[in-house]
Amino acid sequence: MDIPHELFVGFSKSFGLFYLIALSIGITLYAFWPSLKERFDKAAKSILDDEDGPCR
Amino acid sequence: MISSLTQAERGAAMLITLAGMVAGLAMAAAGQGDPMGAHGWIVLAFFALFFGLLVRAAYETEVPEDRSLAYYDDPTKVGILIALAWAVIAMGMGLWVAAQLAWPELRFDAAWSGFGRLRPVHTSGVIFGFGGNALIATSFHIMQRTSRARMPGQVAPWFVLLGFNLFCIIAASGYLMGVTQSKEYAEPEWYADIWLVVVWVVYFTLYIRTLARRHEPHIYVANWYYLAFILVVAVLHIVNNLAVPASWTGAKSYSAFSGVQDAMTQWWYGHNAVAFFLTSGFLGMLYYFLPKRAGRPIYSYRLSIISFWGITFFYIWAGSHHLHYTALPHWVQTLGMTFSVMLLVPSWASAGNALMTLNGAWHKVRDDATLRFMMVAAVFYGLSTFEGSFMAIRPVNGLSHYTDWTIGHVHAGAMGWVALITFGSIYALVPGLWRRETMYSWKAVEWHFWLALAGTVIYVFAMWNSGIIQGLMWRTYGESGTLLYSFTDSLVAMHPYYVARAFGGLLFVTGAIIGAWNVVMTIRHVPRQVPAHDRPTTPKTMEPALPAAE
Repeated sequence: MDIPHELFVGFSKSFGLFYLIALSIGITLYAFWPSLKERFDKAAKSILDDEDGPCR
Repeated sequence: MISSLTQAERGAAMLITLAGMVAGLAMAAAGQGDPMGAHGWIVLAFFALFFGLLVRAAYETEVPEDRSLAYYDDPTKVGILIALAWAVIAMGMGLWVAAQLAWPELRFDAAWSGFGRLRPVHTSGVIFGFGGNALIATSFHIMQRTSRARMPGQVAPWFVLLGFNLFCIIAASGYLMGVTQSKEYAEPEWYADIWLVVVWVVYFTLYIRTLARRHEPHIYVANWYYLAFILVVAVLHIVNNLAVPASWTGAKSYSAFSGVQDAMTQWWYGHNAVAFFLTSGFLGMLYYFLPKRAGRPIYSYRLSIISFWGITFFYIWAGSHHLHYTALPHWVQTLGMTFSVMLLVPSWASAGNALMTLNGAWHKVRDDATLRFMMVAAVFYGLSTFEGSFMAIRPVNGLSHYTDWTIGHVHAGAMGWVALITFGSIYALVPGLWRRETMYSWKAVEWHFWLALAGTVIYVFAMWNSGIIQGLMWRTYGESGTLLYSFTDSLVAMHPYYVARAFGGLLFVTGAIIGAWNVVMTIRHVPRQVPAHDRPTTPKTMEPALPAAE
């Protein structure tokens, strides 16, 4: 298949835009997903007692 | 330490060291008359040392030990001590090369002691020797604690730690002999590069195998940063070091890239070495030791996730800002510049997250020099990432590039951020790790803190002055349109700043020596205190807890 130079350069210059936008939406959704709040809070606290015994 | 290895583990270790000795002998024989031959002898001696230790301990009986009751901390301890030794050596080298710039006669006219050979010993020694060993050691500590699981096996961690140090020794000794592939922060030649790939793959699998044994449902964010460090450094290292050796019996090799592609590959590597070696792993340290020392959970765990992905995916694109005003296509330069400016957002999110965690614990920062190390590190992280984004803007770069401003920027990051967070983490780690009541001298920690801070500030201000004067002198035209100053004029103008820079370095390395002394005295003289807990969780079943079981 013959890819024209213009198309190739256009793709090189712009594909990152779309994948980074998709990625940032995905990550924001993950970080703020309501049901994950408890898991994150627990993780943040978990290191404070990891050298002082099991958390569970 | 060998006595805690099982007979099978000792056998495996012996086989590895034997294979290493054979490889060293082959290198020495094949590379006769070339620096590669000298490296062969170094490899042989290195593996022979550990083979000898293993043989001496071969008939010692195994100390029976229930491995489910304790974390495996021996490699962490050795890693911390090696990191401190590298800190003193490599920062001392930095002081020497800084003094050479102010007083060139300090070269003493030997081939090996020229600036061009000693400078990479300083940079690699600090980045890989000090920083790398500190990262490996703290990652061993953190991955076990946050997983509440012991590392699998006892050979792989030693292979990673000692193998990495063999790479560092080959690198540093090679520079002194004039071996370099002339790529900044990637100077070691092909055989050292291949060895590092082997070590790094074992490191990555060791980390993943430990996480697979975890008894925590969620992988704590510090581990993400460490994993990004390990994984991306592997990719960067392999791609940038693609080369064809000129022969199998010599050190010289030729890069697979040439011209502007070579420059772009190198600075894609170089800037991401800053991102993933000097930032990502150390943020892992920050996200573990700072909340722990402050006794407060991280201000926003969600923000730490967002800044993790921001840093990971923005940094990869930023390298081309090292090549402004070059043959690199203009749009690629602009792309690197844009991403560098965008990087400010996740970087400041991390710095702000760290400082907000301390909000409400400022009295601890005032009283505890260890926590103060971490707080100032976060401040310098914020400052140097702002400066970096600023310097990546093309017209600013036109003034700053090729001047001492760049050196000042790197040292604001390396001294103010990387070294301070590492020293803070070491002081937080050492008493617990060696089961000691406390550090030997808190006064010495205070001295170290103020020496390090004063040294950094003096260094950075000297280089800002020097760099901006250089940049301005190199672009000042007279009425006839010719340059007003010669290069030598700018060199003379720099002298006082070079003296000040060497003085700042002297303060910093003095602090590091005090720190190393304090750690050794803690191990030797402070009474033991075994913490009640600090051990892996015993699972009810023999299977590790799965994330689905939460």
